Amino acid sequence: MKQAGIISYGSYIPRYRIKVEEICSVWGKNPNDVITSLGINEKAVAGIDEDSVTLAVEAAQLAIARLNPLRSERLSLKQVGSIDIVFVGSESHPYAVNPTSTIVGDTLGLSNNYLAADLEFACKAATAGMQASLGLIESGRYHQALVIGSDKAQSRPHDALEYTAGSAAVAYILGSEKVIAKLICMTSYSSDTPDFWRRDGIKYPSHGGRFTGKPAYLRHVKEAATQLLKISKTEPTDYKYCVFHMPNGKFPRQVAKELGFSSSQLEPSLIINQIGNPYSVSTLIGFAAVLDVAKPGERIFVVSYGSGAGSDAFSFEVTKEIVEYRKLLFHSLPKNNSVSTQIKDKEYINYIQYLKMTGII
Amino acid sequence: MTIGIAGVYTTKFGELWSQGFASLMKEAIYGALEDANLEIKNLDAIYVGNMLSGNFGDQEQLGAAISGELGLNIPAIKVEAACASGGIAVHQACQAVKSGSYQTVLALGIEKMTDYAPEEVAAGLMQAASEDERIAGLTFPALYALMARAHMQKYGTTESQLALVAVKNHFHASLNCKAQYPFTLTKQDVLNSTCIADPLKLYDCSPITDGASAVILTAKNQQVKILASQVATDSTGLAGRESITEIKATKLASQKAFASANIDPQEINVAELHDCFTIAEILALEDIGFVKKGEAGPRLEKGQFKLGSKGLIVNTSGGLKAAGHPVGATGVKQVVEIVEQLRGSAGKRQVKGEAKLGLTHNIGGSGGTAVIHILTNKGKAFNKN
Repeated sequence: MKQAGIISYGSYIPRYRIKVEEICSVWGKNPNDVITSLGINEKAVAGIDEDSVTLAVEAAQLAIARLNPLRSERLSLKQVGSIDIVFVGSESHPYAVNPTSTIVGDTLGLSNNYLAADLEFACKAATAGMQASLGLIESGRYHQALVIGSDKAQSRPHDALEYTAGSAAVAYILGSEKVIAKLICMTSYSSDTPDFWRRDGIKYPSHGGRFTGKPAYLRHVKEAATQLLKISKTEPTDYKYCVFHMPNGKFPRQVAKELGFSSSQLEPSLIINQIGNPYSVSTLIGFAAVLDVAKPGERIFVVSYGSGAGSDAFSFEVTKEIVEYRKLLFHSLPKNNSVSTQIKDKEYINYIQYLKMTGII
Repeated sequence: MTIGIAGVYTTKFGELWSQGFASLMKEAIYGALEDANLEIKNLDAIYVGNMLSGNFGDQEQLGAAISGELGLNIPAIKVEAACASGGIAVHQACQAVKSGSYQTVLALGIEKMTDYAPEEVAAGLMQAASEDERIAGLTFPALYALMARAHMQKYGTTESQLALVAVKNHFHASLNCKAQYPFTLTKQDVLNSTCIADPLKLYDCSPITDGASAVILTAKNQQVKILASQVATDSTGLAGRESITEIKATKLASQKAFASANIDPQEINVAELHDCFTIAEILALEDIGFVKKGEAGPRLEKGQFKLGSKGLIVNTSGGLKAAGHPVGATGVKQVVEIVEQLRGSAGKRQVKGEAKLGLTHNIGGSGGTAVIHILTNKGKAFNKN
């Protein structure tokens, strides 16, 4: 069995932001109540000319460029040629029938010898793709996988989701050579728990209010995490960082505490406050924020959550390859390549502009 | 004639994701049977208080649905009077025992509400109001807000006095492990909470709740007995009422109840009043005759009606406000709470001193139905004389 892991990654956060207090002012809500209960100040909004395909391409281009940043071309064709899996997880694939993954693959200039699939599993579609790809790479049958989470998240105006549903994309290139973070262990926990759903042809998702908490998010994340700790024979204290799906600022803090992780293990990944919940991107962009700062030998505990419901749990260990990887980045790429710089690069919009960018007016 | 209470039980109230209708029903019924030291075969009839089983769960003919689940073939009948369905179930069970037709009758109150969208629940509950009110787009918070505003104008009742009802009932709920919200609130928490329908704020309102409660009535003498069970009705809509600063059905039902029990309101030691909104407890305190009109607010400011204070103690369970309000179950749960108080088995929420007389007050809608029960733990011939 090959040692699979992450060989590159990249994120993309659209630069528009809307503040919770701006949304509150429209609906007559007290912003302090919403900010306190949801643990979020602002969210990222994709522009009117952006969708899950364009967001995915932006993140993937960065991940691919980082593989060989010293080359003058934006894309490293040699590396692109060896990607033989493209999985895109999203809740907002532009087409119900017609894959996002092939539009993205061809836009990036990949060879045509790749396995392409669009994945859908609420907010954990991309981690499902990551788990499948890591298994296929471990088997030796496939070599490199491009796994993308991308969402221009939908929320009905005046729904509680409107405060949190954000837009972003994150791309991971997985392989077995020059791995910057190696997979130690992975597992999943799934059940038929319809806490959040969107029927085909319906514009906005529905949800079961507080049912999304205890029997849904908290149960699945805790079960998957507990199972991962058990099969990896590790304790929360063995990890430098933990990353959990961030539907709001409250749930990841609560689950981390209940599992025995400290706030210092959680905080580096907790970026919901600044970008909101970009659905299938949330867990993996939190993970990317951690990879931006992690050092060789440090272990990272990652658990996603997708409504409906399931959680994918991973244990990664950062390798010494990350030192060289980061050094090259420092010398070559524009500075807007880390998650934190993308968070800082922003322009505030008002609610009317928000309605325009989300296609409501 | 004696109507003894043989057994009582209430499930936990709350968002009971893991319990369906049948599971709640069985827990309540078998719990009451165990408390009564009876077996299921001892039951002669069942009255089920429930409002929304047809809307939520698509189940009507609820009596048979429940007896079928229990493997019984006895008379089992659903009664419905919106939020007073539970009180009406107890009333019908009393009538059945008094008629002599049945020896042992179970009254079950049950509601499963939290699996449904808030707008569906609000629309379902509005079936208890008048057609005019539905057409106008009113909801129950709005109807009680109208009553609150009118009461404030006529009697000088304040938002701060309303808030004290929530503070008191949350304190009581903090001592009740079966309560939906077993935590305390400060007056400032209530006043700062989100406005729902001015002057009512979030913490002035009772929640949407799952739960079930059961009481078993018997023709045999028991430690706790029902002295009076009375019902009165009025217009379902506010526009059809003589006054909106009082609930006439409450006044009529309680006058009949005190007359038939031959006692005065001031003799009651402990009461469970229908506080679907904080203003509703103030109206009930006045309309039952515990205090004069307009006096409930100032009395609350003096700390009355709270565990530890002198005189009448109100809503030791936490009331609808903090123990939760599964609409069909509420009227039965009120009786369960008073039975526990009169047995002296209410634990941390036990009223101090010797509680001899308890009262329950259950309202349907904004006052279309009122049910009053008076209970005692004194001898068969209890009489103040």
